[in-house]
Amino acid sequence: MSAVMITRKVRKWEKLPGKNTFCCDGRVMMARQKGVFYLTLFLIVGTCALFFAFECPYLAVHLSPTIPVFAVVLFLFVMAMLLRTSFSDPGVLPRALPEEASFIEMEIEAANGNVPAGQRPPPRIRNVQINNQIVKLKYCYTCKIFRPPRASHCSICDNCVDRFDHHCPWVGNCVGKRNYRFFYLFTLSLSLLTIYIFTFDIVHVVMRSVDSGFLNALKETPGTVLEVLVCFFTLWSVVGLTGFHTYLISLNQTTNEDIKGSWSGKNRVQNPYSHKNIMKNCSEILCGPTYPSVLDRRGVMQQDDSPSLTTAATPSSTSDSTVPQTTKPTAPLIPNEHTPDDAKPSIATSTEISTSLTEESESTAHKVPPLASPETDVEASIAKAAAH
Amino acid sequence: TFHNLQELRHSASLVNKVFVQRDYSEGTTCKFQTKFPSELESRVERTLFEETVKTLNNFYAEAEKIGAHSYLEACVACSTAYLIFLCMETRYEKVLKKIAKYIQEQNEKVYAPRGLLITDPIDRGMRVIEISIYEDRGSSGSSSASSSTSGSTAR
Repeated sequence: MSAVMITRKVRKWEKLPGKNTFCCDGRVMMARQKGVFYLTLFLIVGTCALFFAFECPYLAVHLSPTIPVFAVVLFLFVMAMLLRTSFSDPGVLPRALPEEASFIEMEIEAANGNVPAGQRPPPRIRNVQINNQIVKLKYCYTCKIFRPPRASHCSICDNCVDRFDHHCPWVGNCVGKRNYRFFYLFTLSLSLLTIYIFTFDIVHVVMRSVDSGFLNALKETPGTVLEVLVCFFTLWSVVGLTGFHTYLISLNQTTNEDIKGSWSGKNRVQNPYSHKNIMKNCSEILCGPTYPSVLDRRGVMQQDDSPSLTTAATPSSTSDSTVPQTTKPTAPLIPNEHTPDDAKPSIATSTEISTSLTEESESTAHKVPPLASPETDVEASIAKAAAH
Repeated sequence: TFHNLQELRHSASLVNKVFVQRDYSEGTTCKFQTKFPSELESRVERTLFEETVKTLNNFYAEAEKIGAHSYLEACVACSTAYLIFLCMETRYEKVLKKIAKYIQEQNEKVYAPRGLLITDPIDRGMRVIEISIYEDRGSSGSSSASSSTSGSTAR
């Protein structure tokens, strides 16, 4: 009888469906294509670097030292908002587990009744009434759920996102319920930063031109020319975007709804989510609660894979260490993906398995109980280190 | 009754699962339907179930309330570029902990003795309250079989 042990704990983000990339062991979550995001970073950092190199020394001396200080503060805020938007979970809705999916299927079949052979089944739609408005909830075939109101499926990330606004390639992530306010603060602060840099570029060039003429001034600060170019084009796009989102926020609409014309007013359809008051709408979106992520990215996946029955000191906190483990599926202590039906020992799913007879003789071989606590994983990895 | 949480988890076998859906009638705030599922009719009293769901709904309403507290939290957080959440817990997270404790307590006191188990909605994407129904072993030799649960399951 040989002992098998897991040698690496698997975190839930590694098994999440969808086309996201994860970094820092699940702490960071982004879309797959990040090229445009790197461009955004490069433009912001590069332009600010030029500003600090060319403008700030001159203006700090000739005008005021608070100018670079404020620029630094603004720059740091822009970066913080950008990274927060790009790295956080936008509000992804996890896919339905098998039991939930089949429960919903049964409800759909019950609602639709018997469809005569040859006819297409009616579309899967659920009607709910929200604030005296009928809203249709669509069924998502990928995620096997009825999408909550305002949720939408992003085809780029292959996830349903709650309060889906849009997928932004510039930040390399979807913009949804959890990161919309960071996105808005990013566009707002970037607008301010762009206007700030642009203004002081002009001031700088004017001040130098007074001393030495326009062309000489440009020769003395070549960086300024680049900055002005970038700022000029950025201004139109980012300031416009900020204005657009300010408009959306005051009406409590998403970009997705605006594009589709969901609440455009035809057929007397009105936005049921709007408080009909600009201040209330703004405060809900910008000062509302910080919603938690429902994707448990850093949780440890339970790995029931060890069939050995030898039980040395089981480190788990439950007091049933003498109960022989049967192969009958048991109810999970921490409800997670592994429902009793799935919790059969499956060696194929564990990534690295080291079988070793020496470990058995050392009596460090212990069966990982299905109610795996983090300590068991540490024991497993320590035992692996010992074996090597 | 002889069911307790430990026993349920280790030796009872799952019969069915019921999913209590979200109630969107007031918008997108988190709220669950208090409609009593028919599958639970023989297992738990309607009033107990409704009490549990209503308490959960109150917790979520507290977490998502927009008022002085949430304004303060938002302003302080924004002025620190949201870095303050590296050391501070958000209000929602505090309420989620309360909810987890409440569900654990309800499972121990009310549902496990009846062969049921409630899953925290946060583990199901806040979409449903999943209630697992386990086989009712009221007839397997226990001296004090609970009358309400053993009567309906003749095996």
